[in-house]
Amino acid sequence: MKLLNYTTTYFAVILIFLLAIWALFFYFEIMDEIYDSLDDSLDNQKMLLIRKAREEPDLLNMATEFEEGNFTITPTTLEEGLRFIEEFRDTLMFMENEAEYEPVRLLESVFQQDGSFYKIKVVTSMVEEDDLRKELFFSILYLYAGLIVVILLLNSFLQKKAWKPFYKLLYRLEKFSIEKDREIKYEKTNIDEFRLLNEGVDRLLKKSLESFKSQKEFIENASHELQTPLAISINKLELMAENPNLNSGQLEELGKVLNTLERLIRLNKSLLLLSRIENRQFLEGEKINWNLQVKHIINDFEDFAAHQKVVISLSENGDFESTGNKDLIVILITNLIKNAIIHSVPNTTVAVNITSNTIEFENSGTKALDGNKIFNRFQGNEKAGSSGLGLAIAKAIADRWNLDLSYRFINQKHRFTLQK
Amino acid sequence: MKILIIEDENDMLQNMQETLEKENLLVESASNIKDAMGKVGVYDYDCILLDITLPDGNGLELLKELKNRGYNDSVIIVSATDSLDDKVLGLDLGADDYLPKLFHMAELNARVKAVLRRRKFDGANILQVENLAIDIDAHQVLVDGKILALNRKEFHVLLYMCTNKGRLVSKTALAEHVWGDYIDQVHNFDFIYSQIKNLRKKLTDHKAKVEIKAVYGIGYKLISI
Repeated sequence: MKLLNYTTTYFAVILIFLLAIWALFFYFEIMDEIYDSLDDSLDNQKMLLIRKAREEPDLLNMATEFEEGNFTITPTTLEEGLRFIEEFRDTLMFMENEAEYEPVRLLESVFQQDGSFYKIKVVTSMVEEDDLRKELFFSILYLYAGLIVVILLLNSFLQKKAWKPFYKLLYRLEKFSIEKDREIKYEKTNIDEFRLLNEGVDRLLKKSLESFKSQKEFIENASHELQTPLAISINKLELMAENPNLNSGQLEELGKVLNTLERLIRLNKSLLLLSRIENRQFLEGEKINWNLQVKHIINDFEDFAAHQKVVISLSENGDFESTGNKDLIVILITNLIKNAIIHSVPNTTVAVNITSNTIEFENSGTKALDGNKIFNRFQGNEKAGSSGLGLAIAKAIADRWNLDLSYRFINQKHRFTLQK
Repeated sequence: MKILIIEDENDMLQNMQETLEKENLLVESASNIKDAMGKVGVYDYDCILLDITLPDGNGLELLKELKNRGYNDSVIIVSATDSLDDKVLGLDLGADDYLPKLFHMAELNARVKAVLRRRKFDGANILQVENLAIDIDAHQVLVDGKILALNRKEFHVLLYMCTNKGRLVSKTALAEHVWGDYIDQVHNFDFIYSQIKNLRKKLTDHKAKVEIKAVYGIGYKLISI
């Protein structure tokens, strides 16, 4: 849920209750006020009528029913007159114009004139309570809707304005890649919290970048420093193997050591290459026709493929050209072709298909590999003796020159596709 | 034939010296630019093996100085930096070859021999081994004057083995030389056997007086018979 909607939802819920309570309170207050004023006017009318009756005693016999007037005066007994308590009450009365019973306010009282007691009833039409409630309800509803709309607008406007640095930071953090980006841009802000957040993120990021960089440099330096001792060892063994006094058993042992050492050298070379690519040390690019390189590498690998009982077939449906470093491109193609040959089922074909926008490497397989992990270091389902870095290097090179390298498993075939 | 190795890593130097001395070459060494300049000033060398990173400067500076003075000693740059810039720059400055460090002894030998051959024969680039004559530029092999037809890979295998005659050539060294630098990715070089087998048969059929012997577990050796 978005921050903006979150606050608005809270406002909406709280406002419903607040407005409902307020509406109830307001309703009773208004009703109270209305009754009060009605009762006052009835009381006043009663007093006017009693005074009039004293001046014109005829009135006492004229208004026994509510006819044209809104009052009745009826004689009553002494006991009742003494016992009677003046009261206001709500009642219904038939209205001719509306042809229905309407609520009225009625004042019933007793007065004494010339020794006789009279009961007086004064009525006044009441505001229609139903209508009032309805009106009130809708007013509240409109007010509520209005408030919500205003809050929404204000919220989105103000919050957006206030939270702008936050959202910008969020967006940039989302786009941030530790491999590619050197820094992140921060929005200028006067809000202390956001300034602190920016500073905090900046500090964290710088630290991560620094350790990422130093880690990469460490790998590069370490593998670079390992090269000379490795070269010395392998050369010494090569010279030693030429010693005519060695018997075949010793030579075989020596051969094993050489093999292991060569494996170490390969691994070291791959690590060095990978860190160099990632440290962007191959900046220079030239226009490369990949078709030529692919053909060249297929030629180099033909004997190896034949030994693995695999045939390499090449189909060219266009020239794949791009800018890049030739050595890296050769390594990329080599790794993919080598990979395809090694992991093929014997007596099948490795198909290389080149179009002007894609190069596909397809080889037979038994089950799909994990496409998410396959390009990670030391993650492939590599056969013994492999460095486990081949596909990681291929991916790094493809990324370096903005090519897309993807893996799919279709019809029992592994397919690696390079796409511009 | 006189060779100067300029290299500050003592073990590395020793290995290179030993392997070249086995080829009956006269090898001298220097471990820094100052010593090297002194030696180059006094003697003529047929080939100089030059390390780029030296304690008192960049080997490329030495190369520049050599060329400025008009010396025509052949130079092979030996560099651990493995950087393309050094390679391009070195070759531009007049180096004859570039050998990235972590090379096989057989490869060093082949490179030095190639440079020496070019100096010696001035045009006719032919390697004579027993009754074999290998015309390197024409990619042609004659056995007792008769053409031995070889495919591209067989030719390069034979040339490499002949250059390293009598020496043990590891399968890796051979594979990298003939099948390309990146063939080492396959880490199983048994596949080179089929080319060796064909080559052996052709050599026997043409009564060549050399033989390619397998050294179990390591590689091959070309010997006279």
